[in-house]
Amino acid sequence: MSHALRFRPRGGASLWLGAALVGALIAAAAVSLVWTPYPPAAIDVPHRLAPPSAAHWFGTDNLGRDVASEILAGSRISILVGVVAVSIGLAFGVALGLLAAFAKGLTEDGIMKLSDFVFAFPALLTAIMLTSTLGPGVVNAIIAIGVYNVPVIAKLTRATANGVLSREYALAARAAGRGPVAIAFDHVLPNIAPALIVQATIQFAIAILAEAALSYLGLGAQPPQTSWGKMLADAQNVLYNAPRLALYPGVAIALSVLGLNLLGDGLRDALDPKLKART
Amino acid sequence: MLLEVAELAVDLPAPGGSQRVVDRTSFSLAEGESLGVVGESGSGKTMTALALMALTPDGARVSGSIRFEERELVGLGEEAMRQLRGDRIAMIFQEPMTALNPLHSVGAQVAEPLMLHRGLAKGDARRRAIELLERVRLAEPERAARSYPFALSGGERQRAMIAMAIGCSPRLVIADEPTTALDVTVQARILALIDGLRAESGMAILLVSHDLAVIAGHCDRVMVMYAGVIMESGPVDAVLRRPRNPYTLALLEARPRPGAPRGARLATIPGAPPAAPDHRAGCPFAGRCALTLDQCWTTPPPQVAFGANHMSRCHRAGDVGFVR
Repeated sequence: MSHALRFRPRGGASLWLGAALVGALIAAAAVSLVWTPYPPAAIDVPHRLAPPSAAHWFGTDNLGRDVASEILAGSRISILVGVVAVSIGLAFGVALGLLAAFAKGLTEDGIMKLSDFVFAFPALLTAIMLTSTLGPGVVNAIIAIGVYNVPVIAKLTRATANGVLSREYALAARAAGRGPVAIAFDHVLPNIAPALIVQATIQFAIAILAEAALSYLGLGAQPPQTSWGKMLADAQNVLYNAPRLALYPGVAIALSVLGLNLLGDGLRDALDPKLKART
Repeated sequence: MLLEVAELAVDLPAPGGSQRVVDRTSFSLAEGESLGVVGESGSGKTMTALALMALTPDGARVSGSIRFEERELVGLGEEAMRQLRGDRIAMIFQEPMTALNPLHSVGAQVAEPLMLHRGLAKGDARRRAIELLERVRLAEPERAARSYPFALSGGERQRAMIAMAIGCSPRLVIADEPTTALDVTVQARILALIDGLRAESGMAILLVSHDLAVIAGHCDRVMVMYAGVIMESGPVDAVLRRPRNPYTLALLEARPRPGAPRGARLATIPGAPPAAPDHRAGCPFAGRCALTLDQCWTTPPPQVAFGANHMSRCHRAGDVGFVR
């Protein structure tokens, strides 16, 4: 009962719309694993640049590949990159952030200065530098985007963890004889989890955008892999003949990012009772 | 002696050096004894309490000696200190609203020290937690154990905090303004509960408060702190009936009293406590004292003894009048 009451009132619309869009993205990726109308990489030059029809819902591109199949298959890369890059960010970011919050002094300063240093580079520049060193490809793109996520999560973790540590129950836990590791897991993490979940959702959206940009530049997904960013790059060559080819991946990216941002906003309202009380 | 503190000093980092917030503080506490610490905000009473548990803020420097159960605590490692905290020395905090984690059930939080220090398994610790909640006279202890802090009232939460503190039968309980956040009737019941537990288990209590009435009713001895030093200490009756320090006298005269004429203004102490007292130069209370002499500004006041246990740190300790 209390859960229904807690979730409904505010953030309702954006939470559910965001969840629906993200759900559609996940569904598309799941479906593409077992079925696509055509093999997404199958070239069919005689039927190139066909307009949308019953056979090809979104038409075909300049090599005759079925655009609907490519969009479906492209969602896999987006989700893969998002999930892994955000996981990297969370794993290292939370660990470093907690270490900084608990260690204080030189360790804290060092971690935060390093974070500032990495943070100062735009995400895309970090990614370009890394992929140009390590070579193009999805794996390196994921690493690059993950590395960008680490300082974002680390800064958030440290700031929110310091907030929790200044609360009296953190002092009470120390007065009860608990050590820093126990306090981190029992008191700090559960209390900062809402903020981390919201930020992870936002970073997921940023990761999808970054992957699209990298693939567009030829540093991400390599043929025969399909990615929305690569589709945009291909569409650019025939932009005047078939502008719709840029539209489909563009709309797919926009809806995914919009969905994740709405979901993040909705989750923040639903998970943060203080914010709700204020509005 | 259970606890013997000698020449305790706490320095906190401050812009341009450090600031001494507790200075030359010496006192002792026997098994089963109750010592009140009274003083206004910033007088160093909470910092003294935190120093006993080595929970002073980061960067604080503690010097002097704290002997607890024949063991020196100043300079004792964090690991050894952690074994004492919650087991031999426990603490009750001022704000029962924020001293319990909102995300864990009350029972789990009361059970925590038992699992940590007594090695109890989860189920046993839970059962023991319910017994403890019963011992602090929480109505429906089983329901309370399952509830989350938000579902309990302030008084109930403070009872839960006390249950958490006494779980491992500590020899010393530090209660830092345990009833300040509660209303007066609840305050009386919580203090009666603490008195009862002390009588049952023989634990010693260090009761930090700014309320003279609370100290008078629930402590054997009292020490009055001002600007980080003990101004006067002794048996509660002696100190409160026949204060030997102008600061104690001023505090007593600033109490609201029943039977005062209507519209009479409450007596106050003029001025404000020094922001950064220099303890080497004179008495920190000199600027607000009615009895100030020239030497009060230049020479730290001596400790003057009145009988065996009664001490006042004042140049004019002998001249302080009776309370009217």
